This record gives sequence, structure tokens and C-alpha cells, in this order.
Amino acid sequence: MSRPSKPEPSQPATSRPDDRRRPTDASADDTTQLDAEASREVRSRSLRLLGELLRPRRGALALAGLLVVVSTLGQVAGPWLVSLAIDSAVPDLMDGDVDTLVLVGSAYLVAAVVGGLCAGAYVRQAARIAQGVLLDLRRRVFRHTQLLSLEFHESYTSGRIISRQTSDLEALRELLDGGLTGVVSSLMLMLFTGLSLFLLDWRSGLVLAVALVPAWLLTRWFQKRSQVFYREQRTTSARLIVKFVETMTGMRAVQAFRRESTTEADYGRLSEQYRDANLNTMGLNGRYQPGLVLIGNVAVAVALALGGWRVYSGGLDVGVLVAALLYVKRFFQPIQQLGNFYNSFQSATAALEKVSGLLAEEPTVVEPRRPVALPHARGALRLDHVTFRYGDGPVVLPDLDLTLPAGQTVALVGTTGAGKSTLAKLVTRFYDASEGRVQLDGVDVRDLSTTDLRRAVVMVTQEAYLFSGSVRENIALGRPGAPQADIEAAARAVGAHEFIMDMPDGYDTDVNKRGGRVSAGQRQLLSFARAFLADPAVLVLDEATSSLDIPGERLVQHGLQTLLSDRTAIIIAHRLSTVAIADRVLVMEHGRVIEDGTPDELAAGDGHYAALNAAWQDSLV
Amino acid sequence: MGSELSTFASVRRLYPYVRPAMPRMVGGLISALGASLAALAIPRVLQTLVEGPLAEGAAAHDLGALVVPVLLVLGLGVAEAGLVLLRRNLVMYPGTRVEAELRMALFRHLQDLPVAFHDRWPGGQLLSRIMGDLGLLRRWLVFGLLQLIVSIVTIVVGVGILLATAGWLGLVYLAGAIPVTVIAFRFSRRYRVIARLSQDQSGDLATTVEESVHGIRVLKAFGRGRDALDSFTDQAEELRRTEIRKAGNQATVTTSLQLIPEVTLAVCLVLGTVLAAQGQITVGGLVAFFLTTAVINGPVVDLGMTLSMTLNARTAVDRFFEVMETPNPLADPADPVDAPDARGHVELRDVTFRYEDSARPVLEHVDLELPVGTTTALVGLTGSGKSTLAMVVPRIFDVTGGEVLLDGVDLRRMRRHDVRRAVAVAFEDPTLFSASVRDNVLLGVPESGPDAVPEAERERRLHEAVEVAQAGFVADLPQGVETRIGEEGLSLSGGQRQRLALARAIAARPAVLVLDDPLSALDVATEEAVTTRLREVLDGTTSLVIAHRPSTVALADRVAVLQDGRITAVGTHRDLLATDAHYRHVISSLEQDWEECAEHSDREDSEPDQTEQAQTEEVQR
Ligand SMILES: Nc1ncnc2c1ncn2[C@@H]1O[C@H](COP(=O)(O)OP(=O)(O)O)[C@@H](O)[C@H]1O
Ligand SMILES: Nc1ncnc2c1ncn2[C@@H]1O[C@H](COP(=O)(O)OP(=O)(O)O)[C@@H](O)[C@H]1O
Ligand SMILES: [Mg+2]
Ligand SMILES: [Mg+2]
Repeated sequence: MSRPSKPEPSQPATSRPDDRRRPTDASADDTTQLDAEASREVRSRSLRLLGELLRPRRGALALAGLLVVVSTLGQVAGPWLVSLAIDSAVPDLMDGDVDTLVLVGSAYLVAAVVGGLCAGAYVRQAARIAQGVLLDLRRRVFRHTQLLSLEFHESYTSGRIISRQTSDLEALRELLDGGLTGVVSSLMLMLFTGLSLFLLDWRSGLVLAVALVPAWLLTRWFQKRSQVFYREQRTTSARLIVKFVETMTGMRAVQAFRRESTTEADYGRLSEQYRDANLNTMGLNGRYQPGLVLIGNVAVAVALALGGWRVYSGGLDVGVLVAALLYVKRFFQPIQQLGNFYNSFQSATAALEKVSGLLAEEPTVVEPRRPVALPHARGALRLDHVTFRYGDGPVVLPDLDLTLPAGQTVALVGTTGAGKSTLAKLVTRFYDASEGRVQLDGVDVRDLSTTDLRRAVVMVTQEAYLFSGSVRENIALGRPGAPQADIEAAARAVGAHEFIMDMPDGYDTDVNKRGGRVSAGQRQLLSFARAFLADPAVLVLDEATSSLDIPGERLVQHGLQTLLSDRTAIIIAHRLSTVAIADRVLVMEHGRVIEDGTPDELAAGDGHYAALNAAWQDSLV
Repeated sequence: MGSELSTFASVRRLYPYVRPAMPRMVGGLISALGASLAALAIPRVLQTLVEGPLAEGAAAHDLGALVVPVLLVLGLGVAEAGLVLLRRNLVMYPGTRVEAELRMALFRHLQDLPVAFHDRWPGGQLLSRIMGDLGLLRRWLVFGLLQLIVSIVTIVVGVGILLATAGWLGLVYLAGAIPVTVIAFRFSRRYRVIARLSQDQSGDLATTVEESVHGIRVLKAFGRGRDALDSFTDQAEELRRTEIRKAGNQATVTTSLQLIPEVTLAVCLVLGTVLAAQGQITVGGLVAFFLTTAVINGPVVDLGMTLSMTLNARTAVDRFFEVMETPNPLADPADPVDAPDARGHVELRDVTFRYEDSARPVLEHVDLELPVGTTTALVGLTGSGKSTLAMVVPRIFDVTGGEVLLDGVDLRRMRRHDVRRAVAVAFEDPTLFSASVRDNVLLGVPESGPDAVPEAERERRLHEAVEVAQAGFVADLPQGVETRIGEEGLSLSGGQRQRLALARAIAARPAVLVLDDPLSALDVATEEAVTTRLREVLDGTTSLVIAHRPSTVALADRVAVLQDGRITAVGTHRDLLATDAHYRHVISSLEQDWEECAEHSDREDSEPDQTEQAQTEEVQR
């Protein structure tokens, strides 16, 4: 990490296992109609997040404000200097006095240059702030999604997370980019004009103060309605993204099963909903803004009527009236900009509601506050009376008690749904045991830092995911920074080297999206190579050879035998060929270990495994 | 590609989509012009009214004289608000409509484009186009475009007035426009490049986000969250730098657009004062000159913003058309052969297939016939091209040489939908959509449309397919076949997903069934059950089954061996086992067999304990 580490506010608080809660499920996240209290709560959560993001940038914001003030002053000074020139410089010049002209002229020049420079500097400064905030937030959301447990990811769609990190952040960016200029300079102008008006003629000033009442009411109305509409907009946009991502990901199936028109209809429906949501927000803003204009203009007319009447009764000079009216008019001019700002503010807070909701999700599997260091794990595993259930579903593993000595290769067999993968997920701490403990070298895995744990325990599953990038990068994921020789050795060990060298650029070949460039079996080989490179103390393989051909599987097995000679391994496979290299076989059924012994022992017996083995031997050719 | 086009020419490509909305857009433009006219008129009218009729009325103590000015100002004010309302309402429908049309057009095109395109294009790039870019276009259409036109009209008219009324002063002011134009032009060119870069980079960032979510299991299993965050940070940081660079450009133009006109005005001020002192211009004329320039300066400053908005929109248009103008090499023929009911005779005749970015073909001169009603197993090593061959049959890919015939007709002469109705595939990587089990299984059984299947029949097929694929587990799901699965629903194990994908292919009742390694993730018992039932179903259907194991081969009447991109042998399992060394190598699990055939095999170099040999071979190469 090159950047200075600063406290990361989204660091989850360690939660006790008993107050685990189900992650937000997708549908709850999609509601836009919240009751008053919930609405207030999410709104304040969103504002808090905005505050957190802006607070460290107070100085920068103040500077930006100052730049706006100066450039606004520069703009305001212009007309005043012009009137000065006309009123004094012209007569003075007629009298042969050049000084006033020189003075006014150079003042104008200075105002122009300073104003222009400040305006430019402000644009730069605002972008710096906006981009800083965005970078912060991006990192926070990314980091947080990585921290969140698998349990969360299994229920919160990937498309939704993507929309949180793309289109929702876009809404915030609009606020930061454009909004600030508007709000600071508008408020300033209004303040100056308002003050000048009160000084000039306080009675006309009162008209202005009264006019603020309907403006405020209108704003309240806008706020209430727009909150709902903008929430709706965020929700529909997320749905649209979810559908899009899913369709593009499953394009093969969509086309092969001729679903184009159905998907198009579905997407079209969502797109219309999104359009409606956009129309609603635009329609609302389209009434709010003219409303503000109307209030301003009526105020001018009222001020004219009152002022005119006072002129008639001799209480007011005509010249003063003209000036007062112009002030009233000018006062309301920036109100449209303010309205614009408020509009993008509403949009951004609705987006931040979603983002802060994601950030508020707590991982159910958390890193310990004070981890026990385990730099060199031996790989002894112990499941100490472990009970497990997914969320509040049925018990999947009732009271599992198991000791796997360091260096042992254990094969796990059993029918689908027996709980094999669940056991693997507990050992690798994708989930935490509901009761009991999982220990590595005598240390509860919940007390290990992620770094230590992941260095010691690595799992390869059936779904071999490749990231876009080169073959090398994908293998190196097992151990970033590994030298080429090691990467190649790992690839050789699993028999992947050959086909890699056959690819156009060898190890530098881009595997394309999701590894689309290599076959499914090759993908599994690459993910094996990853695990080989990682070289963990405990290796868990969950049906990781399913797409390999038989020679390939053998090759991997052979590689495993070498690798696993002094490692602990849990191998889940439904093909007994894999079991051959195991020191020990566990047969699972309904979450319990029903047989436990060496392959030969069990094969010689008359249990489950013996039957499986016999059937398997028969099937061989 | 769009970069050679001028901004106007590039954006003009939108015209077909915008045309239906043209009347409203023009109406919106007129109201916008009207509104800004009213806004400009009000202060002038105020001044003249107050100084003229009102002052006279006051002198004459005639209260009635007050009514007309007040009503006039009120009327103008209401008109302005009304026009703003009108503009917003006129423009918001076409804006969102055009956005939705573009979105649907893009979506349609993406669904039409072949899988090869999707393998190549990063997901985030498509997502950022269909959401971010189109949103940008909407905002430009409803706001930027009108603003741009209004600004330009105001400036042109204003400058015209200046030239007509203020002579020399007008010319000086106009001279200021020359550097402004030059700067704006250079700005446009530079800004466009950066805008493109920034939009591409945010697409890449979206891709990273997408992969980090889809690959979360791998990242977690290896504990690479930190590295993922670091590289994401680098990317986000790069985007931030680009954005700041963009803002820097914008700052330059903001500065010059504000500074140059003001400096010009400073010159005008001095010149005007001198001229006025010499009596060459009246003081009133001077006042009028500065009032007019005050009106023009606002739009000039705005021009910076609207110009960059326009350039962003142009980039969005470019990026949109980049995809839209990607031709579909796999389109339906102009005069397709009608193929209402396929018998299911498939023939690959001299088929060669090469992936676009590979040097070597995967399939070379493959001849293979799938006779009606027979089941052929395709056996070969990982990466030998089996899946590729399978994709060629439903025309997911087009062959690069030779032809694939369905009932004697080249696939390329048929409609894609006809081909895919006849051919159903169970893919190697089962994709499930976020929908009920029922909808997922009945994906290829249309509910509506020309070849709709009646409800009762659908129901029958659903149950049959679920039964054959041994997917009885669905009955135990919370809502049975109505249970929502896929990303937004219940997560299923690999074996469960594979069985549903198999059920899906079966339910489509195709003439030709292609099963890509359909049993790889099943446990032995389930596999056996599926095989028994599947054999009955396959009876009478032309099928191609890709197999890695003898158990899967057992489904087939005959076996084709794929080696080095060619079909090297076709025969029964028994015959091939006896005669074909390569086949034995690939399919046989028996130790002695395997070692023996390894000697004959051409892949000795990959034999496990001969890593050294592999290395020497490497050197020789
Ligand atoms: N993410 C999950 N949420 C809820 N239940 C689950 C989840 N994953 C698995 N299960 C259930 O837990 C049981 C054991 O599943 P699993 O460990 O995957 O079995 P195996 O790997 O032995 O096939 C099954 O009944 C399965 O339905
Ligand atoms: N989209 C692609 N682009 C380039 N090469 C590919 C692509 N897909 C597969 N390949 C290559 O083509 C070969 C055959 O792949 P495939 O047909 O998937 O093999 P298998 O026989 O294992 O199913 C492999 O070497 C693979 O690397
Ligand atoms: Mg499992
Ligand atoms: Mg394959």
C-alpha cells in the first residue's frame, strides 16, 4: 500500500456470533415506499455518509468557497465600475482629468483578471474535491463488498452491487461537480442583494422576506415528493442493471434457447419503469423550478404595486423604487440555480441511501480485533463439536467432531446434499460455525487474521473463475509477485504448461472475459495451478476436477501427490478415482460422518463406501 | 472510429432516433428562447415603466396609471414562469423517450450480436454505454442542447445589436471573440480526447467491479481482497487523474471565457469613456452598450459548460454507435430456407474452425455425420475442441471453412431461430437465470408466439424433464418448481445446476440434442439414475454427447474421437477400445491400460512423472 493508511470508517465492528443477522435481501433493498420513520432513518444515514466524506475536505471546501466568492465579487464589481465610469470618469475627463478613468479602467481590468482566474481555479478545485470524494467512496464500497461474507453475496445480486458502484456514484458526482458552484455563488448573490435592498428600502425588503415563505413551502413539497421519486429512480436503475448484467452474462443460453424477444420484453418493461421514474423526477423539478420563478416574479410585481403606491403618496423617490425593484428581481435570479442544486442534492442523497445501505451491511464472518499470529501453519485441523445451519434454515451439520492431523490427505464422499461443501466452507471460513469451533493448529479460525488464514488454507471449487487479464496474472493470483519460474512450475505440475504455450502469446495471452478463451477443463487446470502456486498448508478441493478428462485428472492427481506429501488436504470428489491418493476416507450422510477409515479398510468392509467402490470398479474400462 | 467525424456529424447520427421527438424539441426550444426573452425584458420594462408612466402618474396623482405597469410586469413574470414550465414539460418526454429508444436499440443489437462478440467485449464497457452514456445523452437532450442553442442565439443577437448601435465599441467587443473562438476550438479538440479516455476508463472500472463481484469466491478463497482493492484503487486513481485533467481543461476554457470578454470590456470602458468625453457617443448610448454586454456575458460564460456537456454527449454518441455499428457476421440470410420441422439429420462437412484471435484452427477438415435418431458421443482430451464443435451445431459460432448441414441445408441459409429451435444445447457451464425453476427449465418452450406450446403440454414437459434429469430435489425447495433460483434466488450446488441445465435441454424437445459433458458434476448414484432415464429420451432424438467418462459414453450408440482438430475414429465404444490407442488413453481409467496406452499415445510428454522429459521437449521446441 503506497497511500498513507488512514482509519477506514467502514471497518466492521466485531459482532458476536449470536447477533448475526441475515443480510438485506434483495427485495427489501428495492422498496421505495418507506414509512416516515424508516425514511428518516435512511435519509439521515445517507447524510451522515455525505458528511463523513466531506469532513476531511473542509479546508479544500473552504478554499473552493473563497474562490467562488472572489470570482463572484469580480463579476459584481463590473457593473458598479461601469456606473462609476459613466457618472464620474466621463465628466472628469471632460474637465481634463484622466486619473479617474485610469483608476476605474485598471480596477475593471483587475476585477476581470482576478474574477476569471478564480473562476478557473474554482473549477479545478471543485473537481479535485469531487474526485477525491468519489475515489474515497469507490474504495470504501469496493473494500466493503470484498469484506462482506459469502452469505451476503449469495443473496445480494451482483448486478445490484455493480449498480451501487456505478450509476449510484454517478448521481453523487453530478452533485459534487456542478452543484457547489451554484449554491455558493447563488447564496452569496442573494445575501448581498438582500442586504443591499434592506439598506436601500427596508419596506421593499419585507416583500422579499414574505415571498420566501411560499418558496420555502414549495421547497418542502418538492423535498417530500422528490425523495420518493428519486428513490424510485435509483431502484429502477438498479433493476435495469441487474437484468442487463444477467442477460449479458447468460448470452449463450439466451441465444441458444431463442429467448431474445422475451428478454427484450422484460428489459423493455424495466426500461419503461426507469423512464417513468426519470419522468417523475423531471416532471417534479419541472414544476418546482417554474414555481420558484413565478414566486420571484410575483414578488417583483407586488413590490412594484406597493412601491408605486408609496411613490404616489410621496413616501418614496422614483429612483429608489427603480433600484429596489431591480434588487428584488436580482434576488430571485439565482434561486433557479439553488433549485437546481437542491434537485441534484435530492438525487444524490437518494443514491447515497442505497450506497450507505450497502456499507451498513455487516459481514457475518469478521476479522478478529486482536488476531492470533500463525505465520507458519502446520495444517492440523479440528472440528470441535461443530453445528451448522445456513441463516435460520434447518441444521445441515449436527454436531460434527473431527480431527485431521497435519499432513493427512482426506477424501470426503457422500451423496449430494450430504454437507461436504458446507464442511469445506467452514474449514475455509467462508462461513462460521453456528456452534462449536473450527481450529487450525489449535487456534480457532475466528481468531486468525485473514492474511494468515488465507495463506494457510486455500480452496479450489468447481467453478473456476478467471479474471480478464493474462494467463500469468490469473495463476499469479495464488501468490502475487511470484517469479515466472514458479508460475511455470505450477502450470507444469498440473499439466497446463503445454496448452498455455500453444496459445498465441503463451503466458501473456489474455484469457478474455471470464476465461472465455480457454476450454472449461483448461480453466480448471489454471485454477489448480493457482492453488499449487499458493502452496498452502491446507488445501481444500471441492469437486475441482469435474471437467477434466481422465488423463488430465490423473496428471493433476500426480501433481497433488507430490504437493500434498506434507500438506493437509480435503478432497471432495464424486469420482472415486480421486480417492485413490487419500490417506483416509470420510463418508458423509445428512451432515454426519458415517464411515471413517483408510480407502483399503473401507473397501474391504461392507459399508457405503464398499458398495460405491464396487460399483466404480465395475464401471471402469 | 467516430473520431474522424466532426462533432456535428457524429451527433447527427442520432437524428433517426430524435426525429419523432422533433416537434416537441422545437417547441421546447421556442419556449426556452421565449423564457429568456421574458427574463431579459422584465428589468428593462420595469425601468421604463417606473421612470415613464409611473413617474408621470405620480405627478398627476392618478392611481390608475399604476395598474397598467403592475399588470404588465405581473403578466410578463407569469409568462416567463409559464414558458419555463412549458419548456421543461415539452422537452422531458422526448428526452426520456429518446433515451429509452436508444437503450432498447442497443439492447436489441447486443442480443443479436454473436457470442463471439460478447466473449471479447468487457461487460463493464457495455454497461457503461447502456447506462452512463445514455443517461448523459438524456441530460444533454433535455438541457445542454437547448442551452447551447439559446446561448448562441443570445450571443449572436446581442453582438448584432452591439454592432448596429455601438459602432467602434461593438467592433472592439467583437475582436474579443477571436481569441475566445480559437481557445474554444482548441479546447474542444483536447477535451474530446480526454472525455473519451475518461468514459472508457469508467467502463474499465465497471468491468473490474463486475469481475470482483462475480469472482468473489476466488478472491476470498485466496484472500486476495486486498490485492483486488489495490489494483482497483490504481484504476480508480487513474480515472481520477483523467477527470482532473479534464477539469483542468475545462478550467482553462472557463477562465478564458470569463476573462477575455471582461478584459475586452475594460478596453471598451476606457475607449467608451474617451469617446463619450469627446462627444462622439452619448452617455445613454454608452449605458445601453454596457447593459447589452451584460446580457451577452452570461451566455458566454455558460458556453464553457454547455460546450463540454456537448462534447461529453458526443463521446457518448460515438461509444454508442461503436457498438451499434458493429456488423453482425452471424446474421440471418436475406432469403432464408424455410425449415418448419427438422428431422434432425446433422452433417459436418469438411468443417474448419478458427477463433478470430488464434493462429491455428481448432477444428480442421472435420467430417462427421449424426444420423437421425442416433446418439453420438464425442470424446477427446481437454482443449481438443469438443465444445467448439458443439457450438457450431446450433450456430452459436459460424464455421470458418466447410459447412454444417441440418437435413441437408447449410445452417447459414436458415434463420437462426429455426436452427436453434431444432437444436438444443446443455452447456458445459450451466447458466441459470433469476426466475423460477419452472421458467428456467421451460426456457426453450415458448409460452407465446408462433410456436407456442399449450399450458398442459408445458406442464407435462416440465415434469418429464425434471424427472429424467433426476432433478427431483426441486420438489423439496421451499416453493417447489415455483422457487426462484439464480442470482436473485436460492443458490444451488453445481450438480443441481447442471441437472437443471440438462432438464432445460430435454424440455425443449429438439430434433437435435447437444449435451456438453452433461454429467460431470453429478455423483455416481445420480449419474447412474440420469443415464438410465436419459437413454430412453435420447432414443429417437439425434444427439451429440460430449463425454469424458465411460459412464457418459454409455449413453451413445457410437463414439467419435476428436484429436488434434480432426475426427480420427468413429465406432462403438467396444471396438474403439480395442482398436484405438488414443481413445483408450482418453477414456480408460484402469491403471495398466493407461500406462500401456501412454506408450502408444502421442502425449507421453505430459505423463506425470516425466516432467523432465517435458522440459527437454520444451527446449527442443
Ligand atoms: N447457501 C446455502 N443456503 C442455504 N442452504 C444451503 C446453502 N448451501 C447448501 N445448502 C443446503 O445445505 C445442505 C448441504 O449442502 P452441501 O454442503 O452443498 O452438500 P454437498 O456438497 O455434500 O452436496 C443441502 O441441503 C443444501 O440444500
Ligand atoms: N473464445 C476463444 N477464443 C480463442 N480460443 C479459444 C476460445 N475458446 C476456446 N478456445 C481454444 O480452443 C481450444 C478448444 O476449446 P474447447 O472446444 O472448449 O475444448 P474442449 O474440447 O475441452 O471442450 C482450446 O485450446 C481453447 O483454448
Ligand atoms: Mg457440494
Ligand atoms: Mg469443453
